[in-house]
Amino acid sequence: MSVDIKEFKIIEEAKKPLSMNPKKFALWLFMMSVVMLFGAWTSAYLVKRADTGWAEIILPAQFWTNSVLVVLSSVTMIWAYLAAKRDNIQQLKIALAATMFLGISFLVGQYMAYGEMVALKQHLTGSNVSHSFLWILPAVHGLHIVSGLVFLAIVFINTFMFKVHSKSLIQLEMCATYWHFLGGLWLYLFIFLLLNP
Amino acid sequence: MATTHTHTNIDTHHHDDHDHEHHEGNFWTNYIFCQDHKVIAKQFLITGIFWALFGGILSVIFRLQLGFPEMSLEWLRPLLGGWITPEGKIDAEFYLALVTMHGTIMVFFVLTAGLSGTFSNFLIPLQIGARDMASGFMNMLSYWFFFLSSVVMLSSFFIETGPASGGWTVYPPLSALPQAMHGSGLGMTLWLVAMALFIVSSLLGGINYITTIINMRTRGMSFTRMPLTIWAFFFTAIIGVLSFPVLFAAALLLIFDRSFGTSFFLSDIYIGGEALANVGGSPILFQHLFWFLGHPEVYIVLLPALGISSEIIATNSRKPIFGYKAMIGSMLFIAILSFIVWAHHMFVTGMNPFLGSIFMLLTLIIAVPSAVKIFNYVTTLWKGNIRFTSAMLFSIGLVSFFLTGGITGIFLGNSAIDIQLHDTYFVVAHFHLVMGSASFFGMMAGVYHWFPKFFGRMMNEKLGYVHFWLTFVGVYMVFFPMHYIGIAGFPRRYYSWTNFETFEGFTDLNTLVSVAAILTLSAQFIFLFNFFYSIYRGRKASANPWKSTTLEWTTPRNPGHGNWPGEIPAVYRWPYDYSKPGAKDDFIPQTIPFSETQESNLPHENELIKLETSNGDGAIVVEGSKH
Repeated sequence: MSVDIKEFKIIEEAKKPLSMNPKKFALWLFMMSVVMLFGAWTSAYLVKRADTGWAEIILPAQFWTNSVLVVLSSVTMIWAYLAAKRDNIQQLKIALAATMFLGISFLVGQYMAYGEMVALKQHLTGSNVSHSFLWILPAVHGLHIVSGLVFLAIVFINTFMFKVHSKSLIQLEMCATYWHFLGGLWLYLFIFLLLNP
Repeated sequence: MATTHTHTNIDTHHHDDHDHEHHEGNFWTNYIFCQDHKVIAKQFLITGIFWALFGGILSVIFRLQLGFPEMSLEWLRPLLGGWITPEGKIDAEFYLALVTMHGTIMVFFVLTAGLSGTFSNFLIPLQIGARDMASGFMNMLSYWFFFLSSVVMLSSFFIETGPASGGWTVYPPLSALPQAMHGSGLGMTLWLVAMALFIVSSLLGGINYITTIINMRTRGMSFTRMPLTIWAFFFTAIIGVLSFPVLFAAALLLIFDRSFGTSFFLSDIYIGGEALANVGGSPILFQHLFWFLGHPEVYIVLLPALGISSEIIATNSRKPIFGYKAMIGSMLFIAILSFIVWAHHMFVTGMNPFLGSIFMLLTLIIAVPSAVKIFNYVTTLWKGNIRFTSAMLFSIGLVSFFLTGGITGIFLGNSAIDIQLHDTYFVVAHFHLVMGSASFFGMMAGVYHWFPKFFGRMMNEKLGYVHFWLTFVGVYMVFFPMHYIGIAGFPRRYYSWTNFETFEGFTDLNTLVSVAAILTLSAQFIFLFNFFYSIYRGRKASANPWKSTTLEWTTPRNPGHGNWPGEIPAVYRWPYDYSKPGAKDDFIPQTIPFSETQESNLPHENELIKLETSNGDGAIVVEGSKH
């Protein structure tokens, strides 16, 4: 192969194309696919509900408490982010721990909600399809919350290794985005079920 | 290190056979759990070829049954064992398993993973000028999830009850009730597990492709300078990320119906006179969810092939692609439409005829962007300086199949005519031409065209021609007669027609189809020989064997990890500057600035130079070397 030598050429500048952090971008795409997943289930719910033989569901009262927990966990997540931005690592740890605690309480609350469903004779199988949906939707959402908790735990461990601070926020930002998304997803499911019993 | 000083563009690296980066790692990290996009692409390609051969053999086995109903298949007993009945025939249920697995394997494992997985992985970083994918780790996971899925799917052939047999669409209740048939037992469970793994693999891949295309382009690679291959992979990945989760949702509900006793898709079913406990479900709901993926899936399969052929046809016609922006626009339009036409697969499920006519209208509109694409292919070829390479032949073959198969789509998309034609061989002929063969030809074209970049050697052109002509003629001989068989009313998926007086005719035509299918499959062995022989013994390729403009041909003959030994080249022009009037050569690579091609610049391109040079502090230039 020949070696080209082009000395002191004046050439036009090639512009850097628009771009953002690839990892954050990938996270947004992942959340899009989760939206499609839950979109499919809730559309299936609506289609089925329009059919004959649909038994209206009664939502467990526990769902209200759980929704408050989810909102609170988002508040503590914002607190964590602001603390990290100010390099207040002590507060950051407390806020992340609080978020994780609230997340776990949410899961425990969901478990209690299942108990309420059983008490109301709304079983996964053997009763109406509407009750099967009522079991499945919080369950698959709960699985996503577990993934969010794992993400939170990773960030939490990294704070102890001084990897999360005002100069290194990307992981925390992604975790916060995902966590708010999961909270929002629950509120969507809850309001959806309230409006379409 | 972005230095904006005048810069001597001395190429300090030898553009040798090998770049001189140090290869760290061992066999496992270099070839097995490798995170390099080129190796992952090859893994997808080889696995895809394995599955294509496997799926092809399945089809020949059931074509033997259809074309030669009286023939003794005793000689297959060593291979199929108990699935050959004592009378020497294929077991009727196993026949259904063959059809099901042929469909599943070809649609998902060959034309989704084998096509997108191979060429998206290989070409995206090389053509947009990136060192690798956005996340090499996710990319590796994507392959290994696919591999795991392959193993699970393959293992279902080695269980007593056989693989899933309810059709590749796995409609309940057949697929939901293990007692319905042998294949609905463990085979169906394995099918669902394999598909769940496959969806994870597709999502990991798709997210990576989109992220890489948007965020990792080299300097100057604006959206309107991207090759059409990249645009096609981009739309394909978006469709995948939006539609595969819906299949996952349907599959999960089906798993609950099968294993946990829910009734999402089941209602009022009697088996042996006994009513099942399941009430309140709707099998039609599954069809809606399935086809919401299923129809976009058709374009997941087809779009990459269309992108590949756009690139190859422009390169080998030595002409700019006709209607670059119209090509992008039509792909975008097809991608959008693909999400709102799914119910045309369900015209006869008892849906409201008014709803049917809406879906009919939307379906027929797809003919518009498709026609734009065909028109652009033909006008690109028109008066071109055509080089009939193997890749070019396969691309032209694709255009032919896309047209003949697409035209029958206009019949099938019509909700009234569909009453007669649905579930007949007319449908089989239609989708095998427009989606199966067209995409397969796109894949073959891609392999022939980028083989020099994959392995640094050329494939044998003569064998390529033989492969092309046998396959091209073979495919038409297989699928053209099927239209007649279909119009005559022959239903799909039937094991045997000889028991029905109505279907006694056409035996000879079915025999012809089967003979052609065997010939077509045999022709693929020419390709296999050519492929594997050329990897080791092929003629060594030059750096840019097709005199192409795109970035992948600026890499060394065997690009190492990171693709370019030095700086990543910047891009100054669109990828289709072929036979530009006034230019020295009949192609100008994307890396050549306009200031170096004063003789061929158009007025607005000269403007671009001025604009760019007034932008910085006088003489401007690309980044200094990093070394």
